Amino acid sequence: MARAPKAPKAEELLDFDFSPPAADWMETPVDFKPGTFCYGAKGKNLDIMDLPNARDWSPTDEDWRLPAEWQGTIIEGLADRMKKYRSFRLFLDICVRCGACADKCHFYLGSGDPKNMPVLRAELLRSVYRRYFTRPGKLFGRLAGARDLTVDVLKEWWYYFFQCTECRRCSVFCPYGIDQAEITLMGRELLNLLGLNTDWIAGPVANCFMNGNHVGLEPQTIMSNVEFLLEDIETITGRHIEPSFNRKGAEILFVAPSGDLYAEPGTYTCMGYLMLFDQLGLDYTMSTYASEGGNFGFFTSNETAKRLNAKIYAEARRLGVKWILGGECGHMWRLVNQYMDTWNGPADFLEQPVSPVTGTKFTNAAATRMVHITEFTADLLYHNKIKVDKSRNDHLVITYHDSCNTARGMGLLEEPRYILRRICNNFVEMPEDTIREKTFCCGSGAGLNAGENMELRLRGGFPRANAVKYVREKHGVNVLANICALDRASLPALMDYWVPGVKVMGVHELLGNALVLDGEIERTLDLRSDDLPGKEEEAIV
Amino acid sequence: MKIWPSFLAALALVLLAWAGVGLFHWQTLFGVVIPYLAFLTFVAGFIRRVVLWGRSAVPFRIPTTCGQQKTLPWIKQDKLENPSSPWQVLGRMCLEVFLFRSLFRNIRTEKRGAALGFGSAKWLWLGGLVFHWSMLIILLRHLRLFLNPVPAPIRGLEALDSFLQIGAPLLYITDLTIVFALTYLFLRRVVVPSVRYISQPADYFPLLLLLAAALSGILMRWFFRVDIRAVKELTMGLVTFHPLPPGQLSIGVIFYIHIFLVSCLFAYFPWSKLMHAGGVFLSPTRNMSNNSRAVRHVNPWNYPVKTHAYAEYEEQFREKMRKAGLPLETE
Repeated sequence: MARAPKAPKAEELLDFDFSPPAADWMETPVDFKPGTFCYGAKGKNLDIMDLPNARDWSPTDEDWRLPAEWQGTIIEGLADRMKKYRSFRLFLDICVRCGACADKCHFYLGSGDPKNMPVLRAELLRSVYRRYFTRPGKLFGRLAGARDLTVDVLKEWWYYFFQCTECRRCSVFCPYGIDQAEITLMGRELLNLLGLNTDWIAGPVANCFMNGNHVGLEPQTIMSNVEFLLEDIETITGRHIEPSFNRKGAEILFVAPSGDLYAEPGTYTCMGYLMLFDQLGLDYTMSTYASEGGNFGFFTSNETAKRLNAKIYAEARRLGVKWILGGECGHMWRLVNQYMDTWNGPADFLEQPVSPVTGTKFTNAAATRMVHITEFTADLLYHNKIKVDKSRNDHLVITYHDSCNTARGMGLLEEPRYILRRICNNFVEMPEDTIREKTFCCGSGAGLNAGENMELRLRGGFPRANAVKYVREKHGVNVLANICALDRASLPALMDYWVPGVKVMGVHELLGNALVLDGEIERTLDLRSDDLPGKEEEAIV
Repeated sequence: MKIWPSFLAALALVLLAWAGVGLFHWQTLFGVVIPYLAFLTFVAGFIRRVVLWGRSAVPFRIPTTCGQQKTLPWIKQDKLENPSSPWQVLGRMCLEVFLFRSLFRNIRTEKRGAALGFGSAKWLWLGGLVFHWSMLIILLRHLRLFLNPVPAPIRGLEALDSFLQIGAPLLYITDLTIVFALTYLFLRRVVVPSVRYISQPADYFPLLLLLAAALSGILMRWFFRVDIRAVKELTMGLVTFHPLPPGQLSIGVIFYIHIFLVSCLFAYFPWSKLMHAGGVFLSPTRNMSNNSRAVRHVNPWNYPVKTHAYAEYEEQFREKMRKAGLPLETE
């Protein structure tokens, strides 16, 4: 495999328009353009998960070494999933190709590639469905929008189903709620029947299965990473914190996306969590076994996702906690909200979550028994249970990026905004058509945040960056706040490229900066150990 | 061009009816047999399709949430965009079905040099809404041909539809609006490059068929007048299952063209994208409440999966965990 090419200049990336090519899309073969796709899944990672057709391969290989009966496998797989998912079967049948979704996809808006219009990306699969499952398709073929399943079609599926971040923005605008994510999920499941995953997904999945988190951090490494953060907290605030791991009998199990445990700037968000919990005297523990809230299994297959997700409830049961608190993460929360209880519940061994600080009953989490940290913190601030010094964030002009999954798979819109308004003085919104349910993806979700596909990520992130640029120019925005680990992992590179000078911060990093701890020293540094403007001189005097 | 197969197909249907009745005098075939068969195909096909959908499971609760969730009591929930109860879902569905709520959200995104710009884009919503409402009213108006005496609400609807009191016979507003809306929807497919690119024969054909059916109806009313009493005798015969031999009734060819096109539309319906009419009600991203954290949703085909249990994990890392001071289940 060739090394990933360097990302082109912005002018080159933006040298496209939305006028479609002359040739019909069925006659346009897929072009594996370097920088727009990920490496193929390694055999060893598929083997760990007992997934089929494990072998090392590269998408640029002529021969993908498919099993002999691969067409049958796909057609059977399609039939099976049509029975299992009404969404899938329905969305194969009822699209009228009105085009409302066409200019809603960030990949289309960043590339102009017509096959990234959700309607056409779905037609890639629908055309095959028609050919093998509908009478008009069988009788009239091309005329009925049907085509044979060939190796080229399969390659096209692979290329484009890994150019969808399952963000569901198209689904907001569709008159029938057709959700490209459902098509992509099924498309990826079918590809996985033939061992056709990307290694950026298959690797983390194997890691998560064996070691409990996507990067494969071993228990002692998690602890030493957190130890490192605690030292920083002590330097910055004078406060010594001793969290617990795998402790039985704690009231709350806290599960964060593992990105917050090891990689900047997620680690600063983690520092925010740790400081908040310590200030509250919360009886909580973290697990090294269930050390991942995120779930790359969801980008592989439903079964894989369920297998990884099972750890959270299993660990909560083993430790005997009362309820679960979840950190800032996007797809993790779509899964907690819409899948977890159905997969691995009922959570009858837990209790209905009640905030030990305010006594608030989180009735909206009565069955799942897992509370989002911004729900928890918004409730604290509403009841004035924590002291904050807003002025510590005065040098920041903050805008808020809704992550796709918490916006469109949950509706968690006001909680983080409430927190932001309470902890800073300069909060501005991006244009209305780019936030809340209409928010733009970071372009790297659903397992696309690799290095080798950087051009694709930059293109996909362009619509989001475009909105950030707008508020940067208009209001001087210098912080893009978010509640998603993938955002924290991917947006910094995106901002450096499209909108230099904008930092990416988790909401709880900003909270950690503003939070007044009992007995803390005068703060002269923020959680990144950078000088707090306006505060450093006072300290010297 | 993908328009031509559709255009030729629609044209062929018109010619078929014209030749069948005008040249060969197959009134019974076009006036009785085909309408019955078409209606039967429609009903059976529609039910079959809905049953097929209905048989598929709904394993997960996957509404697309388009507003604030139900959460802390002091945060206002957006009950219609993010429903958490059946009544709220009903409200959301009514907005979708009657007012095309999601399409109303539509925005236009343009590339202006190195920036994206957003603009209003309500024409598709308006064109779609006008077409569907016109269609509904026209269908209801046609009930007067199948009911005797004509119920007051139908007569009222007719009066309302012709309240402009223009021409003789009176002009129906929906006759105008349906033609305008269909023409807009068709031209949009031809003119807007991205929409033309995604369009298939299956997109042009129903539009042309609908347009032809509407135009033949209009022609019959104003230009090639037919004996409306004879038509009603025929339609009442159909609906009471005592069809009259239509050859004895003197009804112009244009009527047979109209009824044949409508029959084709009915017969084509269950095999086509027109089934969105039934599908919209079943769409899981719209017809489910976002309450799966509060109320457990059960997947009928949920099955146990192989996991990596804590015991295996501890086995794997026991020494390292002991060294790090982590509590162990087995020493």
